[in-house]
Amino acid sequence: MFPFTYTKAADTRAAVAAGQRGGRFIAGGTTLVDLMRETVERPDTVVDISGLPLGEITTTRSGGVRIGALVRMSDAAADRRVRNTFPVISQALELSASAQLRNMATIGGNIMQRTRCTYFRDVSAACNKRAPGSGCAALEGFNRSHAILGGSSQCVATHPSDVAVAFAALEASVHLLGPDGERGVPFTEFLLRPGNTPEREHALRPGELITAVEIPAHPRPLRSGYLKVRDRQSYEFALTSAAVALHLGGGVVRAAKVAAGGVGTVPWKLTAVEQRLLGERPSDRLWTAAAAVAADDAEPLAHNEFKVELLKRTVERQLRVVGGTR
Amino acid sequence: MTRQPNRQPQKAVGTPQSRVDGRLKVTGQATYAADHDVTGVAYGVMVDATVGRGRITGVDTRAALDQPGVRAVLHHGNAPRLPYVDNPGSNNPPGERLRVFQDDRVRFFGQPVAVVVADTLEAAQHAASLVTVTYAAEPPSTDLTTAPADEPQRYARGDAEAAWAAAPVKLDLAFRFSRNHHNPMEPHATIARWEGDTLTLWDKTQWVVGGTQQELASVFGIPQQSVRVISPFVGGAFGSGLRAWPHVTVAALAARVTGRPVKLVLSRRQLYFGTGHRPAYTYALKLGSDRRGRLAASIQDIRAETSSYETFTEAVMGPGHMMYRTPNVRQAYATVPLDVNTPIWMRGPGYATGAHVVECAMDELAHELGVDPIELRLRNEPETDESSGLPFSSRRLRECLATGAREFGWHRRNPAPRSTRDGDWLVGTGMAAAVYDFGRAPAQAHARINADGTALVQAATSDMGPGTYTSMPQVAADALGLTMTTVEFRLGDSLMPPTPPHGGSMTMASVGSAVQDACDKVRRQAITLAVNDARSPLHRVNPDDVVVRDGRMHVKNDPTRGETYRQLLGRNQRDHLEVIGSWGPPEQSRYSMHAFGAVFTEVAVDDRLGLVRVRRMLGVYDAGRIINPKLADSQALGGMVGGIGQALLEHTVTDARDGRIVNANLADYLVPVNADIPDLRAIYLDGGNDQNADPIGVKGLGEVVIVGVAAAITNAVFHATGRRIRELPITAEALL
Ligand SMILES: Cc1cc2nc3c(=O)[nH]c(=O)nc-3n(C[C@H](O)[C@H](O)[C@H](O)COP(=O)(O)OP(=O)(O)OC[C@H]3O[C@@H](n4cnc5c(N)ncnc54)[C@H](O)[C@@H]3O)c2cc1C
Repeated sequence: MFPFTYTKAADTRAAVAAGQRGGRFIAGGTTLVDLMRETVERPDTVVDISGLPLGEITTTRSGGVRIGALVRMSDAAADRRVRNTFPVISQALELSASAQLRNMATIGGNIMQRTRCTYFRDVSAACNKRAPGSGCAALEGFNRSHAILGGSSQCVATHPSDVAVAFAALEASVHLLGPDGERGVPFTEFLLRPGNTPEREHALRPGELITAVEIPAHPRPLRSGYLKVRDRQSYEFALTSAAVALHLGGGVVRAAKVAAGGVGTVPWKLTAVEQRLLGERPSDRLWTAAAAVAADDAEPLAHNEFKVELLKRTVERQLRVVGGTR
Repeated sequence: MTRQPNRQPQKAVGTPQSRVDGRLKVTGQATYAADHDVTGVAYGVMVDATVGRGRITGVDTRAALDQPGVRAVLHHGNAPRLPYVDNPGSNNPPGERLRVFQDDRVRFFGQPVAVVVADTLEAAQHAASLVTVTYAAEPPSTDLTTAPADEPQRYARGDAEAAWAAAPVKLDLAFRFSRNHHNPMEPHATIARWEGDTLTLWDKTQWVVGGTQQELASVFGIPQQSVRVISPFVGGAFGSGLRAWPHVTVAALAARVTGRPVKLVLSRRQLYFGTGHRPAYTYALKLGSDRRGRLAASIQDIRAETSSYETFTEAVMGPGHMMYRTPNVRQAYATVPLDVNTPIWMRGPGYATGAHVVECAMDELAHELGVDPIELRLRNEPETDESSGLPFSSRRLRECLATGAREFGWHRRNPAPRSTRDGDWLVGTGMAAAVYDFGRAPAQAHARINADGTALVQAATSDMGPGTYTSMPQVAADALGLTMTTVEFRLGDSLMPPTPPHGGSMTMASVGSAVQDACDKVRRQAITLAVNDARSPLHRVNPDDVVVRDGRMHVKNDPTRGETYRQLLGRNQRDHLEVIGSWGPPEQSRYSMHAFGAVFTEVAVDDRLGLVRVRRMLGVYDAGRIINPKLADSQALGGMVGGIGQALLEHTVTDARDGRIVNANLADYLVPVNADIPDLRAIYLDGGNDQNADPIGVKGLGEVVIVGVAAAITNAVFHATGRRIRELPITAEALL
C-alpha cells in the first residue's frame, strides 16, 4: 500500500472541497482498501465520508424511493418500502457479496466499485483502465468473465455491481453534490462505456459526491425480480444476471423494464427486449422471443462465447419468473 | 491377535471426543506460525517474477532502500551463495530444487526474485512494490497437451492391446483435470531467527523434522541439530506443507544477512505461485469388457504437468491397476515439464485423479451394458491386488456398496438418464467407489507418567486439522489406563521424537502406533516397579495380570487389590517414569493396504442454465478402526466438500502467454461456500480393525474421503442430463 493521508469530512461541503483537492472518498471501504493494498489504487488523501448524513431512505413526493449514498447494502435490502415496491433491488443486493460485506458496504460505494477484471487488479499486467496506453491483457487473455456487450479495443471489463443492474432497469437517477451545487444524472448515463478512455468510468466531476440514488415512481406498479447466474451458489459475481420489472394489465405487457449484468462494460439496459414485450400477450413464447434479442449486439471473446446463449436464457427465465408461465 | 498380553480396556478410543484444542482455536489463542511473538522481529516481503521464463537483467532497489525502516533488499545480485546440499529422504522430487536468489534465471511466473526486510510490515510491503526488476523474457511453455513429455513410467500385465481389440464392448475416453490449489485458511508463514550458527524456525509445515528441519540444514549446509523447528498449530494445509518451499529459505537468508529475526508471511496471491498445487492432467482410457461387464482390458495414457527443474510424480496409476479385476492392463504415465512451480500432493493425491477416471468409466460401461453401476463393480471385485499379487489387508468394498445403497435408497432410482425433473431442475443420482493407498512409516513417541499421576506424550508430528491433538491422547489414555483429561499430548517441535510426514493418511497408523507402544511400555514399567516393590499391594503379582483403570493399577480379576501410579511413584520417590516408543511397518509388506469407500450423491442440474447443485451426499467407509467418530466426521465431511470443489469449482487458470495465474485469489479461485454444501452424511463400517495394517488397526481416513466424490457427482450429472462431462471442473458452459 502506498502511504496516504486520512481525513474525515465534517460535512458534505467539506467533503466536496476535499474531493476537489484530489481527496478520494471512502465509505464502507470494502473495495477501496483492497485495491489500495494491491496498489491498483494509490490515493494521496482518503476522505472518510462515513459520518455524513446520507444514510436515509425516503419516499419522494411523486412516490419514488430515494436511497441515500451511505445506506448500507443490508439496510437498503431490508427496507420495507424498497422490498415492497422494488423487490428487484432487494434481491440484487441480497445476492451480492456476503452478509459481512453488505453490513459495511454502501450504495454509493457499490455503484462506484471498479471492475473485477483480474488483469486490472494485477499491477504487473497490461491494463488501459489502470495504466492508460499500456494495452489490454484481457482481450487475448483469459476472458471468461468479461463483457460481450459494450467493449472496445481498449477494454472489455464488466461492471460488477448487481444492484446497478436493477437501477439501470428501473431508470434510476444519481443525485450528486459538487462545487457548483446539486445535479441529477440518469443512471444509464452515470456509468461510462470504455471507448477509447477506459480509465473514465463515471460522470462524476472533480469533487462531486454521490448523495443518493433515486428510483422514480412508475405510473403502473411493477412486479419485479433479479436472477443471478453463477458457478457457486453464493459469494460470487455474476456470470450473467437479469433484472426484470413488468406491469401486466388488460392481458398485455404494459410496462417492461429489463437490464442485464455480468455481460456488459456497464449495466446493460435491454431496450430491444423491452420493446419486444410491450403490448404483447404474456406467454412462454413471448418470453422466449423477447429474450432472443437480448444478445443481438454481442461481441464475444475467446472464453465467453457461452454468455451469448446464457444471457438469452437468463433473461427468458427471469421474464417467466416475474411474468408467470402461461 | 495382539502382542500385548495384558490388553487394556478401551474406553477413550472409539468415543466421539471434541477437539482438546478447540477452545484455543476459537478464542484466538492457538499460535499459528506467524503468531509467535519473537523479540526484535523484522518483516520480510518477497518480490515475485512477472515473467514466466527468462533472465533477470536488472534489479533497481534504490527507491525501496530509500524508504524509512527498510533494512535490506536481497536478490540474486547480492545474496550470499548457499550450499544447497542434497537432501535425500526428503519430499523433494528428483531434480534440482529452486535455489533462491542464486542465479538470474526465472523458471516460472511468480518465482521469488527479491525480498525486502523492514522494521514494519507496512514498510516492507510498500518497499517491495517499489523494487523494479527488469527481465529478458522468453515465451514460457505452459501447455500440457502440446509440450514434450518425459519418458513415461510404465506398468503392464497381460496383453492389453490384444485384449482390447478382441473385447466385445469397448470404451475410448479422454479425461482432463485442471490444476488445483490447496488454499488452506492459514497462509504459509515462517519466522526465522539465528543465534550464532543455530537457526530456529517457527514454520507452517506438515513435517517439522524431514520437511523443514532437514531441508534448511541442507540448504545452509549445517548439521540437522543446528536447526530447530517449532510448529504447534497448522491452519489447514491439505498437502501444501509437505515440503519446505523457497520462502522458508528466503526468511532464513534474510535473517542471516540482517542479523534480525525475520517474519515472512505469504500473501494469498503468493500461495498460488509459492507452495505447489495438484497438477493438471490429461488421462486417456480405453476399457474393454465382455457382454456381462467383466473387464478384459484397460489401456491408460496419462500426462501430468511438472516443473522444468523437478519431476513430481504421485500415485495416479494406483486405481487404474488395482481397483477392479482386469487381466490385461497397460499404463503409461508421463510427466510434462512446464514453466510452472513444482506440484505437490493435494488431498487424495493421485487417487483423487486416477479413481475419478476409473469410476466415471465404470459408470459409462454400466450404462452401455444396461447393468446397475453397483452390480458392475461387484462383478469385477478382485480376489487379491492384481498389481502386486498380495492379498488385501482388508477390503470391505462390497459392504460399503451394500450399506451405501441401502442408506441412500439407491434402488429406488430409475436408471434412465433425464428421467426425473423438479421444475427447471433435472435430478440425478450417481455413485462411485473410493480407494486410497494409505501410508505407514517409522515413527517414535515419548511417554512420561508424572509423579502426580498425569501423563505427557510427545511426538514431532503435526495437526493440520484431523485432530491429532485429540486422537493421540485417546490412544495414550487407554494404553496408560488414564482418563483423557489427565493425558497431555504435545507435537510440532523438532526436539521431539521424529515422525513421518503428516500426510498420506499415515499419522494415525504410524504415530498412533508409536504412541501406543510408548504408553504400553511405560505402563509396563510402572507395573514392573509395583510387582517388584514389597510395599506395593501388587507385590509378586504376575505383571500380565495387572490392568490400569483411571490411573489405578489392579489385579485384573480383583479390583480391590491395587494402587495408583501416584502412590507408586511417591513411595518410590520417582519424579516420573518415561519411555521412547516406536513403531514401523515391516520392510516387506505381506499385504496390499488400502482404505475403501463408496460415495452416493444426488444432484440437480438447471436444464437451461447449466448450473449443477449437489442435493445430498453419503459416504460409507472401510477405514479400519475409527479412533474418534466425531473427528472422523470432520474428515469425511471436509473431504466431501473438497470433492465438491474439485468436481464443480476449483480451477487454477494460467495465462498461456506469460504463465501468469489469473485467478490467484479467493474471489476468482472458487471453493465451495456453505450454500453449496447440502446434507452430507458419513458412515463407517462396523467393527473396523485392520490388525494387518498396524497395531491400532486404523487404515487412515483423511485422503480416501475426497476420492470418488467428483466421480459420483459427474455420474449423477449424467443421470440427470444424459451428458457425459469428462473435464473437471464441470462448468455451466459445458452443460449449456
Ligand atoms: C469479496 C467481495 C465480493 C463481492 N461481491 C459482490 C457481488 O456479488 N455483487 C456486488 O454488487 N458487489 C460485490 N462486491 C462489491 C461490494 O458490493 C462493494 O465492495 C461495496 O458495495 C462498496 O461499497 P463501500 O461503501 O465499501 O465502498 P468503498 O470501498 O468505501 O468505496 C468504493 C469506491 O466508491 C467511491 N465512493 C464511495 N462512496 C462515494 C460517494 N458517496 N460518492 C462518490 N464516490 C464514492 C470511493 O471513492 C471508492 O472509489 C463484493 C466485494 C468483495 C470484496
